[in-house]
Amino acid sequence: MKPTDINDPEYFHKVVDCQYACPAHTPVPEYIRLIAAGRYDDAYMVNWESNVFPGILGRVCDRPCEPACRRGRVDEEPVAICRLKRVAADNKNDITGRLPEISPKNGKKVALVGAGPASLTVARDLAPLGYEIELFDEQDIGGGFMRSQIPSFRLPMEVLNEEVDYILNMGVMAHFKHYVESLKSLLEKDYDAIFVGSGAPNGRDLAKLKGRQAADNSIHLGINWLESVAFGHTKSIEQKVIVLGGGNTAMDCCRTARRLGGTDVKVVVRSPRADMKASPWEIDDAVGEDIPIYENHTPMEFVVENNKLTGMMFDKVRAEYDENGKRTLVSTGEEPVFIEADQVLIAIGQDNAFPWIERDIGLEFGKWDMPVVDKKTFQSTNESVFFGGDAAFGPSNIITAVAHGHQAAISIHQFCQQKSLVERPAPQANLLSQKMGFHEWTYDNHVDHDKRHLVPHVDKKTALKNLQIEVEKGFDKDLGFEEAMRCLNCDVQTVFSDKLCIECDACADVCPTSCINFTDNGEEEELRTRLLSPSDNLEQGLQVSKDLKTGRVMVKDENVCLHCGLCAERCPTAAWDMQKFSYLETKAGN
Amino acid sequence: MSYLRSTFRHPQAPKNKLGYTQANYEGALSTLCAGCGHDSIANSIINACFELSLEPHKIAKMSGIGCSSKTPAYFLSSSHGFNSVHGRMPSVTTGANMANRDLTYIGVSGDGDTASIGMGQFMHLVRRNLNMVYIVMNNGVYGLTKGQDSATADIGSASKKGRPNMYEPMDLCELAISIGAGYVARSFSGDKEQLVPLIKGAVNYNGFALIDCVSPCVTFNNNAESTKSYEWVRDHKEATNTFDLVPEEQEITVKSPNTKTESVDLHDGTTLNLCRQPGSLDIKCRESVLMALEEAKQNKQVLTGLLHLNTAAGSTHEIINTADKPLNQLTEKELCPGSELLERFNQSLR
Repeated sequence: MKPTDINDPEYFHKVVDCQYACPAHTPVPEYIRLIAAGRYDDAYMVNWESNVFPGILGRVCDRPCEPACRRGRVDEEPVAICRLKRVAADNKNDITGRLPEISPKNGKKVALVGAGPASLTVARDLAPLGYEIELFDEQDIGGGFMRSQIPSFRLPMEVLNEEVDYILNMGVMAHFKHYVESLKSLLEKDYDAIFVGSGAPNGRDLAKLKGRQAADNSIHLGINWLESVAFGHTKSIEQKVIVLGGGNTAMDCCRTARRLGGTDVKVVVRSPRADMKASPWEIDDAVGEDIPIYENHTPMEFVVENNKLTGMMFDKVRAEYDENGKRTLVSTGEEPVFIEADQVLIAIGQDNAFPWIERDIGLEFGKWDMPVVDKKTFQSTNESVFFGGDAAFGPSNIITAVAHGHQAAISIHQFCQQKSLVERPAPQANLLSQKMGFHEWTYDNHVDHDKRHLVPHVDKKTALKNLQIEVEKGFDKDLGFEEAMRCLNCDVQTVFSDKLCIECDACADVCPTSCINFTDNGEEEELRTRLLSPSDNLEQGLQVSKDLKTGRVMVKDENVCLHCGLCAERCPTAAWDMQKFSYLETKAGN
Repeated sequence: MSYLRSTFRHPQAPKNKLGYTQANYEGALSTLCAGCGHDSIANSIINACFELSLEPHKIAKMSGIGCSSKTPAYFLSSSHGFNSVHGRMPSVTTGANMANRDLTYIGVSGDGDTASIGMGQFMHLVRRNLNMVYIVMNNGVYGLTKGQDSATADIGSASKKGRPNMYEPMDLCELAISIGAGYVARSFSGDKEQLVPLIKGAVNYNGFALIDCVSPCVTFNNNAESTKSYEWVRDHKEATNTFDLVPEEQEITVKSPNTKTESVDLHDGTTLNLCRQPGSLDIKCRESVLMALEEAKQNKQVLTGLLHLNTAAGSTHEIINTADKPLNQLTEKELCPGSELLERFNQSLR
């Protein structure tokens, strides 16, 4: 293998698993250390710079960082990264003084369609640079799906308002209750660029299912129903409720139904439970509120008697997988199952819809009637129109929308300065030694088995009484500290200097997980078979040194490195050093 | 400075026949100087015991005084151990072996503990051919007392800030071979590929097995003027043979067509598989080995590998014809059979 170029920031970036997995590349270990140090304001601002909504995401993020967490590979469970973020948000002081200063107007004007996380992120990045921002949304308040689809027992209104307002208060001109009916007319105005962050607003229906029309009064589409609850239009539900679907919207529907009077709420999914799209913790929370989940049940018909919905018939199926892992649901041939219901909520997915975009404005649409959007620049085929969030590539999650927003903002900024959109500014990366005297480090380097702490919940009786009571109480400062100490500090990198190494083997001997090897070089595939410990996680890199004096090379498998620093402590020549790697994704104007 | 090692280990760490991982053979985190060769030797002992699937509770680690003799704290924490008086590990081990011959005795000592204060004990231990592994962690200096030259320091070699050594060095391998040791090897802490099989062979050998292991002292003796530095040893090391211990059931494979493979059966059914260049050292011949060692010394070479092997000699128990039952299991009845028997015995001597 060629020697690893550790000056290429992408190498160490990949070692920080959580940050790498985060679409917005939030510097997770950095803010976790700040939480452990009680520096909540600083921890909050590190988050805010990257993901814009720490308080919101600390409650409802899809947390792609957690399955990636290195601790999950060496211990039972990953660090509770998401809930730690909330600790920072809950305990911070007033941070308004630390928000970016707004530069004088630069004469450029940008329109944002939709007031969800993608658009707000674009506003957050461009407003401080002097852009005049005009925001359009059909609701009378900002937040988009974060407000309409996430019930307030998971995300309190105050938290949402606070973080949305930080952005709106940057001088954004918001046109609420203003549904944009025509992109063409928007294009005719004097905007330098338009950003579309209008989400995926159409809930899927089961229009062709028998009885659908007859039972229409008792059937709602999940996202519409949640929105109607969020804005106070719907305040109650019948007792017996069936929720169709296995995603997070279904989980929000069933739990909301429990709070609005549903005493017998059931979730019915076509697939096996293991294949459900909802996050495992959201399924757990639903089950914890006495909501049974019926797996492998495919809807057959809505049963209507005397013009009233009495329930639904389901066909029992089993999942079969072909060689490629593709799933087909095959009927078991058993008798159909009847489940009683007074009301049915359909939460089986959602689609994009762009009835307001004319097809003759140079904006191309492709497969599934989705706009053609560049994956890197987020520019559409109409050069002044950019997309982001669910509107760009279909439904995803908040943190992805934020990441899109940052990138789109860079593109818009480049576009408005007539610069290339393809040549994007590089991320800011730096390595800094953490050595602090003789074998002392600036970070707490001892790691051991520690159970993941559970977030305390409000007791069920109280929680189910009121839609507004937040179920999770969050970690307090003490629990937050303990959970923060579970972080392995993967951003503190093991940096090896071949010129200093005397090949004494001390590092290889002391390494608890035997990641370090001194051996003959070879091709990666073959080399991996010769290492001290099994090296079969191909997603994790090998750090390979230049040839050492004996002709061998140092090979370190990054997979289960604990970043405990013992290699550096036991190195007599400081050939190993623990250096903090900071990686900041560029933002517009940086 | 860290005083604890994390309890995390590689989740897919290999297991041996007993179902143990290497972690079951580890000890505490070393407090020796960073980069000390002794740590590598300690780790080689861990590797060897793991690979041999020895039961940790059937091992006794014996030591005297010195940097080397601290190392039993850093390996085999589930084994028995005795940290004895300076240079007196041989007699303590002899006693232990008399009391319980079922344990594997691994003694670690240094060049001071063996070649100076313990020289008398060492020589007689070799003569008795006690069944044990005796590893000398040989760095040529007294590290614990700040780096004075030891008795194994080569003439002309100088430690850090020291003067060139004026005295002839003792060659422990030569001494041991000359008084009948049957398993004598020299190795280097920086060469685990050689050292681990040598330790495995020594454990399986019935009798006294010496491994004189050059182990650089990074603090006092790893400078350019020293002949016990990492660099000097690497540049002047000459392997007599490559070597592997092959378990009974495993087929012997020859690695290189240019080398000759010789197999020697050990008493426990395992085979020593020795690869050597044609015309190289005949390790079964005491005289030629001694000559080769002297020649290497003239040529400023460190001859490494298995230097001498003699499987014919019996160990202490066989020499003095002890009872099969170890001392620790003999009862008063057997040890004091009564005045009538004593009388009869005395009569037989008259």
